[in-house]
Amino acid sequence: MTRAEDQSPLLEIDNLVVEFGRVGSVRRVVDGVSLQLAAGETLGIVGESGCGKSILSLSVLGLLPSGARVAGGQIRLAGESLTGLSERSLRQIRGNEISMVFQEPMTALNPVIAIGEQIAEVFRTHQNAPRKAARLLAVEALRAVGVGSPETRVRNYPAQLSGGMRQRVMIAMALACRPKVLIADEPTTALDVTIQAQILELFRELRQEFNTSVLFISHDLGVIAEVADRVAVLYCGVVVEEALTADLFDNPRHPYSRGLLAALPQPDAEEVPEQLFEITGTVPAPDALPDGCRFNPRCPLATDRCRSEAPPFLTVGPAHRVACWEAGHGQ
Amino acid sequence: MLRYILTRLGHTVLVIFGISIVSFIFLHLSGDPVGLILPQDATLEQIAALRKKMLLDDPIYLQYFRFLTSALQGDLGRSIYSHQPVVGMILERMPATLELAFAALAIALAVAIPAGVLSAVKRGTWIDTISMSLALIGLSMPHFWLGIMFIMVFSVQLGWLPTSGRGTFLQLIMPSLALGVSLIALFARLTRSAMLEVLGQDYVRTARAKGLSDFSVIGKHALRNALIPLVTVIGMEFGFLLGGAVIIETVFAWPGVGRLIVQSILDRDYPVVQAAVMMLAIVFVTVNFVVDLLYVWLDPNINIDGSAA
Repeated sequence: MTRAEDQSPLLEIDNLVVEFGRVGSVRRVVDGVSLQLAAGETLGIVGESGCGKSILSLSVLGLLPSGARVAGGQIRLAGESLTGLSERSLRQIRGNEISMVFQEPMTALNPVIAIGEQIAEVFRTHQNAPRKAARLLAVEALRAVGVGSPETRVRNYPAQLSGGMRQRVMIAMALACRPKVLIADEPTTALDVTIQAQILELFRELRQEFNTSVLFISHDLGVIAEVADRVAVLYCGVVVEEALTADLFDNPRHPYSRGLLAALPQPDAEEVPEQLFEITGTVPAPDALPDGCRFNPRCPLATDRCRSEAPPFLTVGPAHRVACWEAGHGQ
Repeated sequence: MLRYILTRLGHTVLVIFGISIVSFIFLHLSGDPVGLILPQDATLEQIAALRKKMLLDDPIYLQYFRFLTSALQGDLGRSIYSHQPVVGMILERMPATLELAFAALAIALAVAIPAGVLSAVKRGTWIDTISMSLALIGLSMPHFWLGIMFIMVFSVQLGWLPTSGRGTFLQLIMPSLALGVSLIALFARLTRSAMLEVLGQDYVRTARAKGLSDFSVIGKHALRNALIPLVTVIGMEFGFLLGGAVIIETVFAWPGVGRLIVQSILDRDYPVVQAAVMMLAIVFVTVNFVVDLLYVWLDPNINIDGSAA
C-alpha cells in the first residue's frame, strides 16, 4: 500500500484538455485527463510515443510549446490552481515547488555554461542566495546526487561529463530547492542500461530522503515497475487505466495495458518466447481519432459498442480504475 | 588553453608573413617606381643609375629578403615624396582609423544585438517585420552614399554636426554611423536567426523550467549560445570595416590610414601603400586572433582539444 491513500492530493490534474492548432484544425493531444499525486508518492505515467505524456507534463508548469494551449480543466498544487496563474507567479513555482528532469541530459543542459553555475542560479533565483553561497550550495547539491569531487566538477561543462553524470546534474538542479513535486519525463531513456539502474536507484534514495512526490513519465513499463507506487496508462490523450503498480502488473484490465505488459521481455520466464508480443497497428494521429473507444481499431476484444461509444472510467477494485467496456471479460 | 593561444599566435604570424609576400609581389607587378620618381625627360643612364641605387636590379627574392629584414627591424621604407619613414606616417594615422572602425563596430553591436534578439523573441509580430525591413534597407545602402546623405542632411541642412575632421565626439558620429549601418543590418539578421535556432533548444526549456526570468533565459542562456556564430562574423567583418574606412575617411576628411592610402595611390607613393596595406592586414589578423580567444571564452567546448566538441 502507498502512503498516498489517506491524504488529499498534493498535485491534482482535473479533466485537463490540451489542444494544438487553430480553430478549424484543432488537435486534442490531452483530452480530459484527471490524475492525483499524493505527498511522497511516485505516480508512473506510461504510454507509447505520441500518447500525450510529455505534453501533459509540460502543461503542469505552463511550459507548453508555442501553438499548444490548455483548453480546459484545472491543475492544482496543494489546492491552489496553477492554470490561471500569471507567468510571473508560475516562475516562482517552477524549479522551486515543482521542477522537471528531461529526457536528453545532453541537450537539456546549456553547453556553454558551467554546470555549477547552472545549478547555482536556481538558488539565486528562488532563495535569493548571494553568488558565493549559491556556488557552495551547488557543490552540496551535486554531492547529494552522488557526483564525485563536486568541488571541481562545478567548473565542468556538460560536454565534459558522461550521460549518467549529466542526468545527475539535471536531477541536482531539479531538486535544488527541495520541490514538492518532481516531474521526470523519460529521465532514463537516453541512458545505458547500467546507468539507467543507477539513476533509478538515485530516484528511490532521493525520494526517501526528501519525500518528494514524483510524476514519473516513461514508455518503459520495466522502469515504471522499479519506481512507481501507482501507474496511470495513457492512450491517445486519455487515461485508460489507473492502478497500484503491483496490481496493474498482476491484474491488468485494459487490453492496452495487457498489450504493453505482454510486450515486455520476461527475464525470468521458463521459456524464452520465439517472438515478443506486439500490439498491432499504431497510435492514431490526434486529428484522426476513431469513434467510441480510442483503442478499438487495435483491440482484440473490440465490439460494436466499443466502436460507437466511449467507455466510462470505472472503479474495478481498490484504487484500480479502467476505461473499457470489456474490462471484465477475456482475461 | 595556453597551447590553444600559442597555436593561434603561430597561425597569426604565418598569415602576416604570407601577406608580406603577397603585398610585396603585387607592388612589383604594379610597375617600376623609378619612372615615377624621375622626371619624364630623364635619360636611360639616369634611370639605370637610380635602379642600381635602389637595388631594383637584384632578383625579386633578394629584394624581398631585404624588405623582410628591414621590416622585422621596424623599417618599411620611406615615402617617395616626403622621404619620411612610412611606419611613422602610418602609426600617426592608425589611432584615427582604429577609433573609427571600433566606433562603427560598437554602434553596430549595440543596435544589432538588441534588435535581433527582440525580432527573434517577437517573431512574426510588427516589431519583427519593422526591424527586419529596416535591416534590409540598411544592408542595401552603400556607405559612401550614406555618408554624403548624412553630410547633406545633418550638416548642410540642419547644421547639427560638423561635416568633417576629427577631434571631437560630434565629429565621430556621422562617419562611424555611415560605416556601421550596413553592419547593424547584417548583425541584426544574424542575431535573429541564431536566436531563433537557440530558443527552440532543450536547454532554453530547462532554463524556463527552473523558474528563471525571461531576461535571464533570453539574455543569458539563449544569447550566449547565439553569440557564437556572431563572433565569428565580427572577426571577418572587421576587414570590411577597415576597407570601408578607406572610403568613409575620404568622404569625411577623417585623418586616418584609409585616407593616407587613397592619397598615396593617387600619388603613386608605393612604399606608403604597401606599408599601409601590411599594417592594416596586421590589425585585421590581430583582431581575428582576439576574436578566436573570445570564441573560447564563449564556447568552452572548443578548448578541450583545439576544435569544437
